[in-house]
This record gives sequence, C-alpha cells and structure tokens, in this order.
Amino acid sequence: MKEIYFLRCRECGKTFPNQPQSYCEECFAPLEVSYDYEALRQTTSREAVSRRAFNMWRYAEFLPLPQGFTASQPIGGTPLVKSRKLGLHLGVKNLFFKNDAVCFPSLSFKDRVVATALAAARRFGFETIGCSSTGNLANAVAAQGAQQGFDTCVFIPADLEAAKILNTAVYGARIVRINGNYDHVNRLCTQIADKFRWGLVNVNLRPYYAEGSKTHGYEIAEQLGWELPDNVVVPMAGGSLIGKIAKAFAELAHLGWVEPKQVKFFGAQATGCSPIADAVKRELPRFTPQKPNTIARSLAIGNPADGPFALRLIRESGGWAEDISDPEIIDSIKLLAQTEGIFAETAGGVTAGVAAKLIQQGRIGNDETTVVCITGNGLKTTDAIAAHFPATEVIEPKLDAFEALLQEQLKDSIQV
Amino acid sequence: MAITIEIPTAFRRFTEGSPKVDTGATTVAEALNDLTAKFPALSRHVRDEQGQIRQFLNVYLNEEDIRFLNGESSPLKDGDRVLLVPSIAGG
Repeated sequence: MKEIYFLRCRECGKTFPNQPQSYCEECFAPLEVSYDYEALRQTTSREAVSRRAFNMWRYAEFLPLPQGFTASQPIGGTPLVKSRKLGLHLGVKNLFFKNDAVCFPSLSFKDRVVATALAAARRFGFETIGCSSTGNLANAVAAQGAQQGFDTCVFIPADLEAAKILNTAVYGARIVRINGNYDHVNRLCTQIADKFRWGLVNVNLRPYYAEGSKTHGYEIAEQLGWELPDNVVVPMAGGSLIGKIAKAFAELAHLGWVEPKQVKFFGAQATGCSPIADAVKRELPRFTPQKPNTIARSLAIGNPADGPFALRLIRESGGWAEDISDPEIIDSIKLLAQTEGIFAETAGGVTAGVAAKLIQQGRIGNDETTVVCITGNGLKTTDAIAAHFPATEVIEPKLDAFEALLQEQLKDSIQV
Repeated sequence: MAITIEIPTAFRRFTEGSPKVDTGATTVAEALNDLTAKFPALSRHVRDEQGQIRQFLNVYLNEEDIRFLNGESSPLKDGDRVLLVPSIAGG
C-alpha cells in the first residue's frame, strides 16, 4: 500500500520521499510531513477514533507511522481541566488547562514527539538516537529509548537543572554536557547529524518528531466535545508546538470532524528569552536571536527554529505574544498550584502568567473558551522555587506541642 | 591569512563535493562573496533577492552566530572558521 504521508518544504512546497532529513535541498527551509488527506478521509473516522483507548495512538492515522507499527507505551491522553478558581479570579468563564505535566512516561509533552520520532528512527534503521535538549526532551528520549532498546546519547547545556539531568541519567542514557547555551548545543547537533549516522530526534528526524505535537491539539478538540476553542495560549521555545496545534485543528476542520473556526494563537515566553514575543510586540518582520537568561530553562532557546512560522501564525490568527519576568514566573507557578492544584514547571508558570496578562489586557475575552497549554511538570524544576518555601518548624510528637504551634500560627495570621 | 569556510553536506553539490573552502577574506561578508564567486550556483542559496543572507541559513564565526557579533562585517583573523548551517533545527 502506498504511504499517505511524505515530506514537504514549508517555504517552496517541493516534496520529498520519506527520509531522515529536516531541510529542503532546494531552499534550505524546514521540511514537514504532509498527508494525502483524501486517502486519510477513507481510512479513519471520528467514531472509530472515539472507540480507541484514550492516548495519542488513537490518532495514529494522522501521524507519520510506518506500516505495521505497533505502539509500545500508552503516551499522551492527558486531562483537559476546566478552571474552577483561577478563571473566576481572572474574570473569565471558560478557562481550561491542557495538562501535559502528567504525560506518560516522562511528565512533559515531549513524550508525544519522541514517540513519533522513534517510530521513524526504527523505520530508517538507526541504532543510536539522541537529541539536543533543554531537559524535557532528553528525559523523554532517555525513557523511551531505554524501553525500545536504542543506544541513547543526549546533548545538553552544562548548567541545566539537576533534576532534569538526573531524570535522564536514571534511564542509562549517555549524557554529553556542553559548555554553552542551548543554541550552541543545537548547532553542534546539526553538525553531528551531518557527520554521524545517528537519529537525532529534533535534528534529522525533526519532521517526524514535530508531528507528535499534533496529538496535544487533537485531544484538546476532542475533550471540548469535538469543538475548537476561541483561544490557545502556548509556551514557545523553538516555536514548533504552537504551529502543530494549529495544524491539528486545521486537519480536523478539513476532514469535517469539527466546525471550522478562526482560533487565535497566543505565544508565551519568558522576558529573559523572548525573541518571538519581542518580534510580535515590536511588529518586526524577522525575530532577532537572543542570549537566554531566565529560570524557564525549557524555553531558553534564543534562535528558535520555527520562530518565523510561529510569528506568522500568531499574526495571521489575530493572536498576540507576551512575556513575563522570572519573579512573575514564580508567582504564576504558585498561583496555578494554589488555585487549580496543578504543579507546573517554570514553562507552565510562563504560560499561566502570560494567559493572565492577556486576559488583563483584554486580548482574551471573558466569554471566550481559552485553553492554556501546560507542557511540563513542576517536580523537574524545584530548584527554581525552593528558596521561596523555607522548611517549616519542627515540633515534638505531642498534642501540646501541636496546639502551641497552632496558637503561634493563629497569632501570626491575626497579626498579618 | 587562511580562513576556512566549512561546507555542510547539503551545500557540497555546489562546491564540487568539497567540505572546506579556503579564503583570504578579512570579513564574513567577503568570505561569503568569495565563496559564491568560486561557486556561482551557491549564490541564490546564500542570499535572497534583496542580497540579505537567507532567513533559514545560519552563519557562524567559530562557535558564535554572527548575529551576536558584527553580522557580516565581523572581522576575520588567521585560523578562523566560518560555518554555514542550513535551517537550524532543534527545540
């Protein structure tokens, strides 16, 4: 049977057969996976998808998976949580959090992209896989690489959060720490992919990898009852996820699974690394790369590969981009945890904080349905907030001691 | 003065398969011009119609993106390496 997916240049439109290649040989712009949608229409339906287990593989026909592919883990299928308190606090009625902080197996949305990348790695016969990573991707590559029996080697900036390094090391992956920021690591990986026959998930396998992000978008639409939201607020590092959510929505609308809608796409960045938000806000034709300096390490990409596309999407959809400072990120992590019970990593603090800012600016309306994408778990970035939660007093295991403590605390709270 | 321009695999079909091209250029702009003069078929892949370096082509001087230096005016010294990276991926 002929494959229904192939590679296509995002700028000049030239098509290529499936291969481990991320850029167009003609114009050197990025390649992405495209599909024969008429064939796709024949092979699947909304009803068939709805009968399958709730994880990313229920949308298998929309993914670049080789023939005969069988999934080895139930990845994705994360909750869409309707806000009870934060929406009320901000004055909006229909606020939702798509919570990939609890994505299986490594607690970030990167599990989705690695899943499709490794299907491609197997198909192209790679024995060694790897990635350039700000942390979450390395965790996901290491976890799934171990489970699927790949030799795994990940490249990270040397000063990454300890928890993110440990969460990679535990799976037995080789870790190469680079003296530089993510953009240095990434440039090195591009050179490595050019020289070694390795499957680097976000370099030479990037077109296949990036498609995994679409499942975050399909799930949002399905969990809203096969409807598209009015607004989506998405964190931006390399700028890929925001475009893939848009692609997922467009595909569902094209197939008639949802009513078409002009969804507004909003991008969230940390002020200390905000090349895309900066270009949106200053209405620049191209973004200017930045040297990242923020606690939101998973968003610290100063030269975003999909920056030009994210910029275009935000503008054409009628959305906007904003950024918040490091102290605001901490406050937003606390606010999200203390109102919704969701402990997000620093990137989630960025997204929740930017969503609040956009609501306060009036860019997101009170009656509109808004989905805020939480992409990673707070347990991975405890270093960033630990100083804000000093250890509490220790007491003897006696009722008297507890009652004295309670009195003390009540006295403190009254004084406040 | 010897400067090396490192050519990624994607560009080598325009450089007769050569992975490295030597130049005596004194700035990055001169090095790129020297390269495209030697291999004219490469010109349209390096610069767009306005003469700007193409949006998806990244140019590095040793380990640094030239946009963090003085762009194309960045001066070169003996032993420097100019690296062309088509369409940075990652993220």
